[in-house]
Amino acid sequence: MIAAIAFYILASVAVGAAFMVVASRNPVHSVMFLILTFFSAAGLFILMGAEFLALLLIMVYVGAVAVLFLFVVMMLDVDFVELKKGFLSFAPIGGIVAAILLLQMIALGAAYFMDGGRPLVAPDATMTNLEAFGAVLYTKYAGAFEAAGFVLLVAMIGAIVLTLRDREGVRRQSAVDQMARTREDGVELVDIEPGQGLG
Amino acid sequence: MVIGLSHYLVVAAMLFIIGVFGIFVNRKNVIVILMCVELILLAVNINFVAFSAHMPVMPGVNPIDGQIFALFILTVAAAEAAVGLAILVVYFRNRGNIQVEDADLMKG
Repeated sequence: MIAAIAFYILASVAVGAAFMVVASRNPVHSVMFLILTFFSAAGLFILMGAEFLALLLIMVYVGAVAVLFLFVVMMLDVDFVELKKGFLSFAPIGGIVAAILLLQMIALGAAYFMDGGRPLVAPDATMTNLEAFGAVLYTKYAGAFEAAGFVLLVAMIGAIVLTLRDREGVRRQSAVDQMARTREDGVELVDIEPGQGLG
Repeated sequence: MVIGLSHYLVVAAMLFIIGVFGIFVNRKNVIVILMCVELILLAVNINFVAFSAHMPVMPGVNPIDGQIFALFILTVAAAEAAVGLAILVVYFRNRGNIQVEDADLMKG
């Protein structure tokens, strides 16, 4: 009973926040609602017994991706009022596509799940979720795990290469040039006649 | 009242449809389009975890496999967000705005 109440609260918050991501006028608010959506989804994951994925969702999305979005939204000096113009002019076509997708999914679901909600299969009580994860992730899916790490490496290098730039006119310290200086480059001894200046 | 597989599938379907709707509605704002892609990937993840959690017990089949795939989707989604936002930053630096409609250099 409590699980059902929790499910309905989390699901309605997730769907409502997801809608606000799309509908909100301020992109900063959109990012905040995205965080709320992911929090609620993490709650749903916990309800399903996938604690590890739920915590991972919070760490990866709220900790990294949402902050990245927020950073970019705030760094780009964009006129967001201008961007939201014509919002309603695209609403009909978007609504039609959404309605068609919804009908397809309802038809598919009705065809396959006429028996109503199936009861939850009790998870294997001898193992925690994390143990079950680790037992498979590093053995059966070791190759895919390595590939995922490689994908992250490529994404990291790609992001750095894309955003790195050499700016003109910036005075930087060059250790090599400093070390290569000799006494003759830097010091000049001048004999000055008494009573006269240098110039 | 039992919360079953179909309940979670309905939630995932609604998130997916909101994501697609958002891509169509926000034709100008690339940042919101990227967020909508994240929503769609989250819907897929919910589907994977729901099927994994509600799988009937069968010999030789480990129900945790679905959650492993959700983990990989999470990885790819994070990589995609990082590269996409980097492209966005470079585009803004070159063009001074991020209007999707102005991105017509390739006459697509």
